[in-house]
Amino acid sequence: MLLLKGEPPEDALPSAELIDAMLGYYEQLVKAGVLLAGEGLLSSSTGARVVYSGGKRTVIDGPFTEAKELVAGYYLIQVKSREEAIEWAKRCPLEAAVDQFGDSGVSEAVIEIRQVAEMDEIGATDEQQETEARLREQTPGL
Amino acid sequence: MATDTHTAIETVWRMESARVIAGVAGLVRDVGIAEELAQDALVAALEQWPESGVPRNPGAWLMTTAKRRAIDLIRRNERYERKLAELGRDLQLDADDEGVLVDHIEDDLLRLVFVSCHPVLSTEARVALTLRLLGGLTTDEIARAFLVSESTVAQRIVRAKRTLADANVPFEVPEEAQRAERLASVLEVIYLIFNEGYSATAGDDWVRPGLCDEALRLGRILAELMPKEPEVHGLVALMEIQASRLRARIGPTGEPVLLLDQDRRRWDQLLIRRGLAALDRAQALGGSAGPYALQAAIAACHARARTAEETDWTLIAALYEALARLAPSPVVELNRAVALGMAYGPAAGLDLVDALDEEQSLAGYHLLPSVRGDLLVKLGRLAEARTEFERAASLTRNARERKLLLDRAAACGP
Repeated sequence: MLLLKGEPPEDALPSAELIDAMLGYYEQLVKAGVLLAGEGLLSSSTGARVVYSGGKRTVIDGPFTEAKELVAGYYLIQVKSREEAIEWAKRCPLEAAVDQFGDSGVSEAVIEIRQVAEMDEIGATDEQQETEARLREQTPGL
Repeated sequence: MATDTHTAIETVWRMESARVIAGVAGLVRDVGIAEELAQDALVAALEQWPESGVPRNPGAWLMTTAKRRAIDLIRRNERYERKLAELGRDLQLDADDEGVLVDHIEDDLLRLVFVSCHPVLSTEARVALTLRLLGGLTTDEIARAFLVSESTVAQRIVRAKRTLADANVPFEVPEEAQRAERLASVLEVIYLIFNEGYSATAGDDWVRPGLCDEALRLGRILAELMPKEPEVHGLVALMEIQASRLRARIGPTGEPVLLLDQDRRRWDQLLIRRGLAALDRAQALGGSAGPYALQAAIAACHARARTAEETDWTLIAALYEALARLAPSPVVELNRAVALGMAYGPAAGLDLVDALDEEQSLAGYHLLPSVRGDLLVKLGRLAEARTEFERAASLTRNARERKLLLDRAAACGP
C-alpha cells in the first residue's frame, strides 16, 4: 500500500493542475495493471480523532497539526517486489502538491510504502479469520 | 550502492521494457530488432546509472536512448532509406519531449501484443515471446517457470523472432475481419500463462503464483488497451476470481486443496470483487455469451457461495451447457458432468462421464478417471472408485496431485 501523507492548507481545494497530475499517476497505475484500489481523503479539518488515554476516551475535532504524518490518500497496488513498489512511489507527483500549496507553507509531501498483512500472517485464530472473511464480504471497496 | 542501482535498473526494466520495445518497434517495425535496441538501452543504463544516478524519469530515459539508437540504425541502413522518408516526421521528434515520446505508445503496445501472439508462431513460442517482450521476464525466469532449460527458451525466442521476420508479419493491430480470431489467440496465450501458474502441469509445486500474477497484469493491461472488447474483461474476470482462491488452493505442506474443500475464509475478497466488476463490464458490453465470460460466470457462482453447500450447481450446469454449445470440448463436458452430478445426483454425472470414456482426446487426461472416481465414491462403488483414482494418479505429471489421488484411492479401502 502506498500511503500519501501531507495536509493541504485548511479549506484549500486542489488546483486543476494538481488534480490532473494525480489523475495522470492514477492512469499510469491502472494502465500498468498494478492498481487494485485507492482513495483520496479530504483535509483533516473535516475529520476527528477519538483518543483513548489515561483510561478515558476523548473526541478531538480536526484539523490536526502534524501535517506530514497525516494520511491524505492511499493506493493499493500489486507488484512483484518492494523495489517495484518504491519505484511506483517515486513516480507519484508529490511535487504538484508542494507546488500548489508552497505559498501556504507546505514544503513537504511524503509517500509511505507498507505491505498489507494477511490475517493468517499476524497469527489470528481460525475463528478470528472466519469473522474477518465474513465482514470483508460485506464491505465493498476494501 | 552499485548493487542498489542494479536492483533499481532491473526493476525499472521490468516495468518499462514492454513499452520501450513497443515504442522502438513502432519505428523499426520489427520486434526482434526492437528488442535488441531496447536491450542496448538497458546496457547503457547499466553502464551509466551507477555513475550518474538513476534519472528522474527512468522510463523516458530508456525510451529516448533506445529510440535514438533505432534512428541511428535506420540512418545507417540503406534499406531503410525509403522508410526514413516516410517516418521523417517521427524522426524529427525532440527526444527530450516525453509528451511526444509516449504519444502513440498505447497503440504500439497493442501492436506488440498482437505480434507476440501471432498465429504464425507455435503456442510455446507465443507464450515465451509474450512473457519476454510484454512481461519483461528474463529467459532464465521463463525457463524456471516452465521447467525447461534456459537454452530451450532462448532458442524458442530467437526462432520466434526469425519466424516473424521471415513471414513479414507487419507490426500492426489486425484488421477488423481478423480481429476476433487474433484476439482469441492473445487471450489464449494469457490464459495459458495463468493456468500454468494456477495448476502446474508438471513439477513439484501445485501452483506458481508468480505466473498467475504475470498473466493477471497482462490481462489488466489489455483491458485498458481494448476497453470495448467484452471477452478481454471476461478473461480478466475469470483470472481475478480464480486468483482469489490461490492461497486456499494449497494446504500447509504444499498439497493441493480442491475447490469444494477449500477454506473459503482464505479467498481474497478484493480480487473476487474486482472479478465480479470485470464480469459486469463484460456483460454490459453484451458479452455474456463469450467463452471467457461464461467461464467467469461459473467462477462467480463459486465465489458468491459462502459455503460449498450454497453453490448454485443448477446454474453452473446450465452455464457449462452454454459453454459446450459455444466451444464443444471433452474437458468442458467433463466439467458439466461434475456440475450435473452435484445438481442432480452422482448418477446423472456418471452417465455423461461414461459417454466421455470413449473420447480419444481424453485418453491420457487424469481428471477423467479422477471425476469418475469421485462420482463412484458418492454412489458407494468404492472398489471401482479406487481403480479410477489409481489410474488418475498414474496419468498426472504433477507430484502433489499424484499424492492427493493416491490418498483418495487408499481412502476407498482395499
